[in-house]
Amino acid sequence: MGLLFVAPMLVLFLLFRFLPAIGAFFLSLTDYRISGKWDFIALDNYTRLLSDKVFHEALLVTITYTVIFVPLTVLLSLGTAVLLHQVVWKRGFFRGVFFLPYVTSIVLAAVIWKWIYDAQDGLLNSVLGLVSIGPIDFLSQSSTVLPSIAVTSAWKGFGYSMLILLAGLQAVPKSYLEAAMIDGAGTWQRFRYVTLPQLRPVLFFVLVIETIGAFQVFDAMYVMTGGGPVRSSYSLVYFLYDSGFKYFDFGYASAIGLVLFLIVLIVSLVQRRLVGRDD
Amino acid sequence: MAQVLDRPPVRPVVETPTAGRRTAGRLTLPTLLALTAIVTIVPFAAMVLVAFAPPSGRTFPDALNPANFTLENFSKVLSSSDIPRWTVNSLLYSLVSVACVLLFASMAGYAFAKKKFPGREIMFWAFLATLMVPFQATLIPSYILVAKLDWVDSYWGLIVPTLANSQAVFLMRQFIMQLPDELFEAAEIDGAPEWRIFTMIVLPLVRPVLATLGIFVFLWHWNDFLWPLVIGQSGQMQTLTVGLATLQTQAVPINQVMAGATITVVPSLLVFGLLQRYLTDSIAMSGLKA
Repeated sequence: MGLLFVAPMLVLFLLFRFLPAIGAFFLSLTDYRISGKWDFIALDNYTRLLSDKVFHEALLVTITYTVIFVPLTVLLSLGTAVLLHQVVWKRGFFRGVFFLPYVTSIVLAAVIWKWIYDAQDGLLNSVLGLVSIGPIDFLSQSSTVLPSIAVTSAWKGFGYSMLILLAGLQAVPKSYLEAAMIDGAGTWQRFRYVTLPQLRPVLFFVLVIETIGAFQVFDAMYVMTGGGPVRSSYSLVYFLYDSGFKYFDFGYASAIGLVLFLIVLIVSLVQRRLVGRDD
Repeated sequence: MAQVLDRPPVRPVVETPTAGRRTAGRLTLPTLLALTAIVTIVPFAAMVLVAFAPPSGRTFPDALNPANFTLENFSKVLSSSDIPRWTVNSLLYSLVSVACVLLFASMAGYAFAKKKFPGREIMFWAFLATLMVPFQATLIPSYILVAKLDWVDSYWGLIVPTLANSQAVFLMRQFIMQLPDELFEAAEIDGAPEWRIFTMIVLPLVRPVLATLGIFVFLWHWNDFLWPLVIGQSGQMQTLTVGLATLQTQAVPINQVMAGATITVVPSLLVFGLLQRYLTDSIAMSGLKA
């Protein structure tokens, strides 16, 4: 009888989660084309990836983006969480404001920020123009494009991590902080030596979630730059998308997907290792 | 020399250094909070202002003059693009998914939590394990599967593959596990049929979780991009997110793009305004990610 209740979900999972997961592995060993014709080519797709300059660039872009995005978003969410925790005044209102971008889509964020960064008519350059800076073409220079996209994604997403961190801050026992205060610890010392160590598991969770998310970046780049200028915002998932739906090279695209899966798996395992040691 | 002069002289003994610092802290923290909030809101405000600004002239600072506000951009973008159709698609994609996920996930969650059947544990962990596989990694085989079913460019292809939601099953199971067994045993002894136990006892009890989960599933689908992009290939089958993305690559004036953007954000804002507490509390408690 229990099986009957699971049946609808089970069928959905078998068809649309397990089958594609196994399929991805087998597809990556073939040269499956849009016609449906394919040959088994063993690890050829992977050796091709190793020598593909576009793959190297996409991997580098993804890692660079992650290195910019993760500290930015963690600092932003930790900063706002600490502010909300410290200031009681209108806390619910401000929490709502910071959380607002999170309920919108990354496409919406990308459309708005693309205009904000616009060199001719954008908000940012209009403001910078008032103090005689620029105009800076943020999205058309390889040096500024990734930070600009990272800011957009961080703006869109920091509300989530902020809530997690705020809950973590509120769980720090007051008695610890009071004891530290009696011992003469200042605000910064209490934060550094009491709050931060207590917050470590939560901070780690946020770090891992954001890192995994950063490695899957695609939407913002698709909308804001189309991967440009000259592939300087061309991520792994963008490369996967193009290989599949622009060049219809399904086997190759599946191999890229498997690389992405391995990266996410390694990040998760590192988390389990480090957090497990803590408990 | 300058460096030596710039350095402050040896500080006189301050009697209450912490007290001084604390009042300064009280003044600046709320200010900092308010400033951060303003910076967070500015992109939304700019979007709305540009959407209502007259199409001629520079978008900034002309857009700041409320005397010139107009609805022209909205009427133009509504008539020249497929926004009404995209809205219907987005609503169908989100609402049908919410209904199906809530029903199937609470059924599965009930079985995993309270029923005994062969393979229960393995099945549950297999469901959970799919959380580790990023959706993009299985994008290609999922697409090929949908193509084999002849579901590309259809509501079936858009909706059905996204219903296999492991977070939803997990959340329902965790919640139903906390309910006392006696509730279900009593009904079973009375000879109530399984389906009646589910509809009359389980569903009313899980209503608060259904509300929370429903909001998340709605937002997941309303804001989803990659899957609708791949499946909705004709203009008629695009969702609002995909439509908005195509809109701004075409030569549509920025005022109209922003008007379109303003339209797409309304349902999210409604959900947010009405149900903010549910959302924020459940993230803090369970780490659900929309």
